[in-house]
Amino acid sequence: MSATSASAVNAAAPGRRRDLRSTLGVVIVAGFALVALVGPLLVGDPTAYVGAPLEPPSAAHWFGTTGQGQDVLAQTVVGARTTLLVGAIVGFLVVLVGAVVGATAAFFGGVVDAVLSLVVNVSLVMPGLPLIVVIAAFLPPGPVTMAVVLALTGWPWHARVVRAQVASLRRRDFVAAATVSGEPAWRIVVVELLPNLAALLGSSFIGATLYAVGAQVGLEFLGLGDLNAVTWGTNLYWATNDSALLTGSWWTFVPTGLGVATLGFGLALLGFALDERANPRLAASTGAGPGPQPTPVRRRALG
Amino acid sequence: MSGLLRRMGLYALAAWFALTLNFLLPRMMPGDPAQALFARFQGRLEPAALEALTVTLGVSTAPLGEQYLTYLGQLVRGELGISLVYFPSPVSEVIAGGLGWTMFLAGGALVVAFTLGSVLGAVAAWRRGGWLDTVAPPLLSFLGAFPYFWLAMAAVWLLGFQLGWFPVRHAYGPEVQPGFTLAFAASAVRHALLPGATMVLASLGGWVLTMRNAMMGVLDDEPIRFAQARGLPPARVFFHYGVRNALLPSLTSFGMAFGFVLSGALLTEIVFAYPGQGYLLLQAVRGQDYPLLQGLFLTITLAVLAANALVDVVVVLLDPRTRG
Repeated sequence: MSATSASAVNAAAPGRRRDLRSTLGVVIVAGFALVALVGPLLVGDPTAYVGAPLEPPSAAHWFGTTGQGQDVLAQTVVGARTTLLVGAIVGFLVVLVGAVVGATAAFFGGVVDAVLSLVVNVSLVMPGLPLIVVIAAFLPPGPVTMAVVLALTGWPWHARVVRAQVASLRRRDFVAAATVSGEPAWRIVVVELLPNLAALLGSSFIGATLYAVGAQVGLEFLGLGDLNAVTWGTNLYWATNDSALLTGSWWTFVPTGLGVATLGFGLALLGFALDERANPRLAASTGAGPGPQPTPVRRRALG
Repeated sequence: MSGLLRRMGLYALAAWFALTLNFLLPRMMPGDPAQALFARFQGRLEPAALEALTVTLGVSTAPLGEQYLTYLGQLVRGELGISLVYFPSPVSEVIAGGLGWTMFLAGGALVVAFTLGSVLGAVAAWRRGGWLDTVAPPLLSFLGAFPYFWLAMAAVWLLGFQLGWFPVRHAYGPEVQPGFTLAFAASAVRHALLPGATMVLASLGGWVLTMRNAMMGVLDDEPIRFAQARGLPPARVFFHYGVRNALLPSLTSFGMAFGFVLSGALLTEIVFAYPGQGYLLLQAVRGQDYPLLQGLFLTITLAVLAANALVDVVVVLLDPRTRG
């Protein structure tokens, strides 16, 4: 999903609007990070029973109350903290595993590369959600399970991207020069390769976080999360369980959903800005849709 | 052709991986879910059903290799164990009952999104910088950021309950009997409209963009300029020279998109209480029905792999360049 969203944003027009988009992305993501960081200090206990069930928004409860009589604003804000935290941790783990596997494959080449690439390609053709659900269902629910399951299933795409990048860097002259001048392998990796991978890893992290937030919300909505925790996913789970739809209590699920979507949109914008930094050719071309790109797109942009 | 063979090998390997994972999961898990299940169902199940459970969940003392062979043999015969939630129906029967509905919903949504998205993308590229080209990509990517099931919830609330335009539950109305009648078909389509529409809305952006980018490339190619220079009618240039050539990248991602849409359909079905695989998945999770859960995992995974393989074959048939 991240790839399509990011590039869809990319599509409209080059130039000044692109700066506007990356600024908007930074503002959105920073805004959510701020809410997650200090928000929970400003709202009350999200699990406290503060009013009658399913009260519409009012001065006392700006976002109304849930089917249990809890404050929706407090739940949304505190949920943002858990969801963002798990999202960022999973995003980091996913990129870490992907980078290690991808770099190993590209660096050693040969049989190692063949085996690892096969593993990556097999993992990529497996549909994600059923796999995540079946693994999560067998493990005890909780944030650790969530992080482990999502990290286990999310890394292959990033491994492929990092592998391609490292493979291309390895053939460059400056790496050859370092090898010839007798630099040890670890120094080549840390000093020569890593700085050139930084932007790619950054945009991968954003993409992985986006995936982690979406998958986490989906799993928790299914009831595979820790139902006692307050997260965006469990908020939506309880909203359906407490018949929010039947009773027309839109306020129990609209704030959380808008939160997920706005954060996702912001991350997509941010990821796109970083993608351009990682691969300047993207900035010159008009689009980078999923799947194979016909070469003329690039030719037109250059000509 | 060797490329195609390699892809097929990849799918076969992925299928084997799924089968093996499905075999190993219940046997590796901490806390032994099987024992917990036994405790729960002791006295409520017949001995025969308990025996079936034993095999499915791997509570067996036989060596692992022997268990694996037994398991594979059962799969070949289509035996997936007994469902606990829908006891005493076999899992294969329960899944078969819901598979058609999911394929109908997800397949329909995929075809509509693909067609509509490709048309929009082609038109956006044809009128580059026009209002459609300016408005559609950012709007659709914002919509694509919503979880499928949340769009479904919003649609149920607004269009279903508030405005009452659509039925919001189940796959067909209580007034019709399933069968090959017009009334039943009409009811089924009417019930699929809203869940299908939310899925189309969430997935449209990707298709628009892929098509738009591909079309942009094709439109700048010499054959198009030549066709225009020859004075062919714009419609003919658009369809015959543009769309036909630009469709290929979209087609290539059709198989992978099927996996995404199917996953989205699972959660959307839950919101609509639509009796497909997603609804069964929810029942299985809530009822800790591990045999059903595993059966669903296998069915969905194999369906996606098969769809991918099929698309690869079609692409080879359509595009001479990939025949190599």
